[in-house]
Amino acid sequence: MRLGFPLFPEQASTVAGQVDALYFFLVAVSVFFSVLIFVLLIYFAVKYRRRSDAEWPRPIVGDLRLELLWTLIPLGITMVMFIWGASLYVTMFRPPAEALEISVIGKQWMWKFQHPGGQREINALHVPTGRPVKLTMTSEDVIHSFFVPAFRTKMDVLPGRYTTTWFEATKIGQYHSFCAEYCGTQHAGMIGQVVVLPPAQYEKWLAGGGPAESPTVTGAKLFQTLGCGACHRADTKARGPSLDNLFGTRVRMRDGTTVIADEGYLRESILSPNARIVAGYQPVMPTFRGQIGEEGIFQIIAYIKSLVREERAKVR
Amino acid sequence: MMATSLSERREHYLNISYGVKSWLLTTDHKRIALLYLISITLFFFLGGAFAVLIRLELLTPTGDLLQSETYNKLFTMHGVTMVFFFLIPSIPAVLGNFLVPMMIGARDLAFPRLNLASWYIYTIGGLFTLVAAVAGGVDTGWTFYTPYSTSYANTHVILTAVGIFITGFSSILTGLNFIVTIHTMRAPGLTWFRLPLFIWAQYAASLIMVLGTPVVAIAIVLVALERLLRIGIFDPALGGDPVLFQHLFWFYSHPAVYIMILPAMGVINELITCFSRKRIFGYPFIAFSGLAIALLGFLVWGHHMFLSSQSVYASMVFSILSFLVAIPSAVKVFNWTATLYKGSISYETPMLYAFGFIGLFTVGGLTGLFLATLAVDVHVHDTYFIVAHFHYIMVGGVIMAYLGGIHFWWPKMSGRMYPEGWGRLAALVIFIGFNLTFFPQFLLGYLGMPRRYHIYPPEFQVLNVMSSAGASILGVGYLIPMVYLLWSLRYGAVADPNPWEAKGLEWETPSPPPTANFEKTPVVTEEAYAYWPKEADVG
Repeated sequence: MRLGFPLFPEQASTVAGQVDALYFFLVAVSVFFSVLIFVLLIYFAVKYRRRSDAEWPRPIVGDLRLELLWTLIPLGITMVMFIWGASLYVTMFRPPAEALEISVIGKQWMWKFQHPGGQREINALHVPTGRPVKLTMTSEDVIHSFFVPAFRTKMDVLPGRYTTTWFEATKIGQYHSFCAEYCGTQHAGMIGQVVVLPPAQYEKWLAGGGPAESPTVTGAKLFQTLGCGACHRADTKARGPSLDNLFGTRVRMRDGTTVIADEGYLRESILSPNARIVAGYQPVMPTFRGQIGEEGIFQIIAYIKSLVREERAKVR
Repeated sequence: MMATSLSERREHYLNISYGVKSWLLTTDHKRIALLYLISITLFFFLGGAFAVLIRLELLTPTGDLLQSETYNKLFTMHGVTMVFFFLIPSIPAVLGNFLVPMMIGARDLAFPRLNLASWYIYTIGGLFTLVAAVAGGVDTGWTFYTPYSTSYANTHVILTAVGIFITGFSSILTGLNFIVTIHTMRAPGLTWFRLPLFIWAQYAASLIMVLGTPVVAIAIVLVALERLLRIGIFDPALGGDPVLFQHLFWFYSHPAVYIMILPAMGVINELITCFSRKRIFGYPFIAFSGLAIALLGFLVWGHHMFLSSQSVYASMVFSILSFLVAIPSAVKVFNWTATLYKGSISYETPMLYAFGFIGLFTVGGLTGLFLATLAVDVHVHDTYFIVAHFHYIMVGGVIMAYLGGIHFWWPKMSGRMYPEGWGRLAALVIFIGFNLTFFPQFLLGYLGMPRRYHIYPPEFQVLNVMSSAGASILGVGYLIPMVYLLWSLRYGAVADPNPWEAKGLEWETPSPPPTANFEKTPVVTEEAYAYWPKEADVG
């Protein structure tokens, strides 16, 4: 990091080494084929240079065996690349269950983070080593993309939906985060810091910022203020489905389809309640678009998540 | 060889009539090719001027030369000008227009007036974009991603979009013209498998122009509608889906790369065979690999969207298809290399460009595999790695082939020879300048420098300075041919009908050709690239 002229990025996450291994495989294949082609070109160009203007060499039509050879060998090699790349990609997109969940909101031109304990940060993100961190991200305006080169992670951050990514930091230090999707005038100014701390120091950092209210608590208050509980209740007067133990389960809709009640589904149900109606209920819920911001939605979802009883959460 | 008496003035397409009107109302495909040549050259140098400013700004990590607004407009205008007004029309509209009828022994394209109309449409589209640039520019990036372009940008999005929309029709008309011409106007005896591979390549590219361009036109219209009327198509705040735009945009804009590169590959076939005096190795494999690229090219657009929230399974399908489209490109490179084997190779300027093309296209193609590989794309997506990759294909590939083709057919087009020494020097300067400019960008990209940044962390500076230094060499390299080609129009040696002893119908007519191309319709009795002594048997 202190070098003035690095040629290779730092490896500071569990997947960084794996991505680099695949990268070096690709580099090796590319160097091999480039050198092969360059050497052949130069060798032929020199060996078969025109020595007299009367030279008209005998024609060669082609060779089926050669054609098959240089079709099938590249095909085989690229399929290795495909399988290796796809399997690592799946790992990179499936956050481990016990991950620390941090919500991320991108907007022109800053990143806002909120930790599970309620601590907020702007353009800086503190994370501990040795623990997977899952980012649930959305944008308040245009498309952004959250990119940490040292972790080899990147994911677009879109308005109107959630995307997720995850990483497990392995090396203490400060790393750049960039916005990788062009987002307007100050796009290049959306550079932030990811600060990786040892777990104990991370705890200390969390405690050091003064009292913070966890998103679950804020969410519960919002739930009250907005009057959600008037309909979403467990008794017979309920006009909306109960939210107890809802998160992560499979919900049956009126049209017979089923949906996993994840963050994206809950977000949609708050903003566009009539997009999907749960079986047994009427489309009576009003939209809360305009009454609640992205941050508030994150908090209500955190509250709904907290309504899942411990033992069932473990089964998941 | 024809001995032209200098005292007797021969009538040809350039001197048959004079005056502005004789050019602006011409329906001669050769004159229209020259109109395109002049127009796209202007856009090339305009786009180049934007690039100069970009590279100057990137010399330092701070935004000292340009403000962010200006920089964002510059990379947008650079991309828009180079992609839509130079690269896409480059080889098809200039070399294709000039050569398709000549190579198949026809006197013109099937629809000569439509051909002229396409140039006017191109020019009108270009003017809209120029007006947008002069009026203050546009800052959405050439990709026009929503909802930034529809709801947030306050620059001349509509004006530029209208320009691109209009120009698209010139591309559609050119493609249509080529397809009909190639089907219906081939000379007697010129069967499909006797066609020069340049024609196969133009045919494949024309299919993409006709089938793909309408989709980008639709996408652009929808952007304009959302921007003007606030109907929700792409902006989620209006109930739209921003990713839909990316699907529509890349459905055309990925195949658009093949509109550029297929004709470039077509040119390379002609150059390699002529300067090694060899029949092309594996003719049917080259011909069909071009069609395979055109068809598979329509099925890979999602590889631009691996991080766009597209489903993991969709990404896997697009990844595997992207690997498949690499195979026919590899097949071509191997066949070109094999063509050189036991040839009689000379190193005139066009051949130097052909060598340059194969080398740079190989690097560009192989680095494309990195982007098709899902896990690696996550890291290099939207960084300088991709900037380097597509410049290796579009500049290293397409422009090398275009310049190689311009030099090769310059005697035919102008009737004059360019100065060989200067030609070789410029080819070398461009090759070196190109690599110095763009190779460091691969390293920058893997280090993590995002594209479209005018300020960057200081550890990226050394590589950026290298790139800018290379760009200054590249810039000089592009100016040299500009000077000597113009010089040659007056002072160059008078060209023979066939200065390269090349095969192909275009070389059987005088340089420059008469307006009707051939005095009488040629009859073809042999295959393309019959570069062998009369007595030798094939095989």
